[in-house]
Amino acid sequence: MLDKMKKLVAYYEEVLSMPHRQEIARELRNEDDLFLLMLYSEMIGIPNPVYYYTLELYPHMIEKFHDWHLRMGMEKSPLSGIRCC
Amino acid sequence: MNAIALAAIGLFIFVLGYRFYSKFVAEKIYRLDPNYVTPAHRYKDGVDFVPTNKFVLWGHHFTSVAGAAPILGPAIAVYWGWLPAVLWVVFGTVFAAGVHDFGTLVVSVRNKGQSMGTLANKLVGQRAKILFLFIILILVLMVNAVFAWVIANLFISFPSSVLPVFIQIPLAIWIGHAVYKRNAKMLVPSLVALAVMYFVAVLAAEYQILQIDLVRYMGGEEGAGIFGLGAISSAFFIWIIILMIYVYIASTLPVWKLLQPRDFINSHQLIVGLGILYLGLLFTNPEITAPITNPDANDVSWFPLLFITIACGAISGFHGLVSSGTSSKQLNKETDARFVGYAGAVGEGVLALISIIAVITFFPNADAFKEAYSSFGAASGGGLGNFVQGAGQLAGGLGIPPEVAATIVSIIVVSFAATTLDTSVRLMRYIISELGTEYKVPALEKTHVATTIAVVSSAALVLIPEGPNGFGSGGYLLWPLFGTSNQLLAGINLLLISIWLKRLGRSYLITLIPMIFLMFMTLYAMISQVFTQWAWWNEQSSTLLFVFGALILGFALWICLTAVSALMSKNQTPIDPKE
Repeated sequence: MLDKMKKLVAYYEEVLSMPHRQEIARELRNEDDLFLLMLYSEMIGIPNPVYYYTLELYPHMIEKFHDWHLRMGMEKSPLSGIRCC
Repeated sequence: MNAIALAAIGLFIFVLGYRFYSKFVAEKIYRLDPNYVTPAHRYKDGVDFVPTNKFVLWGHHFTSVAGAAPILGPAIAVYWGWLPAVLWVVFGTVFAAGVHDFGTLVVSVRNKGQSMGTLANKLVGQRAKILFLFIILILVLMVNAVFAWVIANLFISFPSSVLPVFIQIPLAIWIGHAVYKRNAKMLVPSLVALAVMYFVAVLAAEYQILQIDLVRYMGGEEGAGIFGLGAISSAFFIWIIILMIYVYIASTLPVWKLLQPRDFINSHQLIVGLGILYLGLLFTNPEITAPITNPDANDVSWFPLLFITIACGAISGFHGLVSSGTSSKQLNKETDARFVGYAGAVGEGVLALISIIAVITFFPNADAFKEAYSSFGAASGGGLGNFVQGAGQLAGGLGIPPEVAATIVSIIVVSFAATTLDTSVRLMRYIISELGTEYKVPALEKTHVATTIAVVSSAALVLIPEGPNGFGSGGYLLWPLFGTSNQLLAGINLLLISIWLKRLGRSYLITLIPMIFLMFMTLYAMISQVFTQWAWWNEQSSTLLFVFGALILGFALWICLTAVSALMSKNQTPIDPKE
């Protein structure tokens, strides 16, 4: 009985928190997108003095980078030298 | 007749509908495939596309679609007697709303989780998308006006509900902050917030000093108000202005700050409300005192207006926006669509059914009912108040004092209406921005410009119609327009599902028949209202209602023509079912 009650409460909490978690994830993703844009702003023509260094991070974030350019409405990677797809 | 028996019959038909009809639709028409890779898996991103347990998704879907509309519509529609209203709610849910909500979910799942607006563009063309946007624009405008009136009306009729409703705002902001910044769990804080609200409600019902009663402050109903208006008119005016200022701020804040935490509290309220009403029904075991049909209701014919008056609760186009906007992106397996979509519509039907029962058991006898529902205008203006009192009476069966129960029920309705208002002003802002992009007016894309247009036009719309209590009290006159625009949207959704089914080479009668029914009722209702009531040559003429009615009529005709040409067209490329 107690187990069932606990399950019910957990279910209820899940229903409540689902849209909220989604919103937090969206907010975090937007921040990440902005950060990526700052790292690779050179690609869209905004001069970036640290571009040379940020490029070093590229292999570590290649998967995320791929998702990012898709989300930004670019079918193919906008970076000509390094291609993720 | 005994009300428990009526509820039991209604619920039994819902169960049959789910058990058999939805199964038939799922297997033979939509042909759900358990192995189909849903968008939630294919485009999984942890934000929009997240595979979700079907029970959790149902809970979320249901709480998103349930609101004040399935309460208000039925409370007005019992004017023609309880049987027509019950029949439309029960059979409308089983044969129209179920396939509509279920269908929009499936079509969207089979099309990368895209929304119905995008699908309109894909299945019919650019014109259909613009038509879709304009109908949603009219719908949200009507929602803003009607719900602002609903809240103002309840604040004036039940002044004890004002303080608890306003207390909800800082409580919600506090919860939002705690969860977002400190990653706190939200169940306990939101339950505490609910307890605080209801405690304040009990106190407010008891002590007059806690009741914010603008009419009393201005010297009662006969007192003088502001700008030379009467007390009630002034109260409506003040509340509507306050609400519009509130909604401006609320709809421009990030959703996690106010809208979402308020939704947590409102989810509890939905369960509390349904629980109180159904348990109260069991304990009070009331008899239905309202007449089965009301022969005195002859100022406005039930046919076709009943089908417009009960929009949400029988079928609602708005559900299609939720199905294709969020739920379709989170469906774990395609076969879950039956439970989430169809049972979501059934949940709404259950709410509408108890709303009818609360009203038809409230009056001591049929004469008292007929006195309260003396005309369609009286039914529209007083329906909600009757529901609150009736629900209070049912809650009395659980030992809750009637004033406290009525206060709590009015808080529940106001909370639902406020969330709807907030969401729909937000939606209107997005649509205005989208139209700005479409027609290259960049100024419209700015948040504050779009919100100002949304708020000012809604405020103007709710203040213009004059009801029996003077300026500002006639917002309910817009209800049939809200109903028709909602039904039109459902009509377009059903049309899109039918086109999709046709292109798959399947039978599309199960969606085409409800669509024809809805479009016929909408056209009939608008033609009769526009030409025999609102046009300038009639006694009750109203330019505002005439203009909006004519606009909706035009849209309805447009949809019918689009439907015929799209369904008759022979050169449509068939869709590969494996796609």
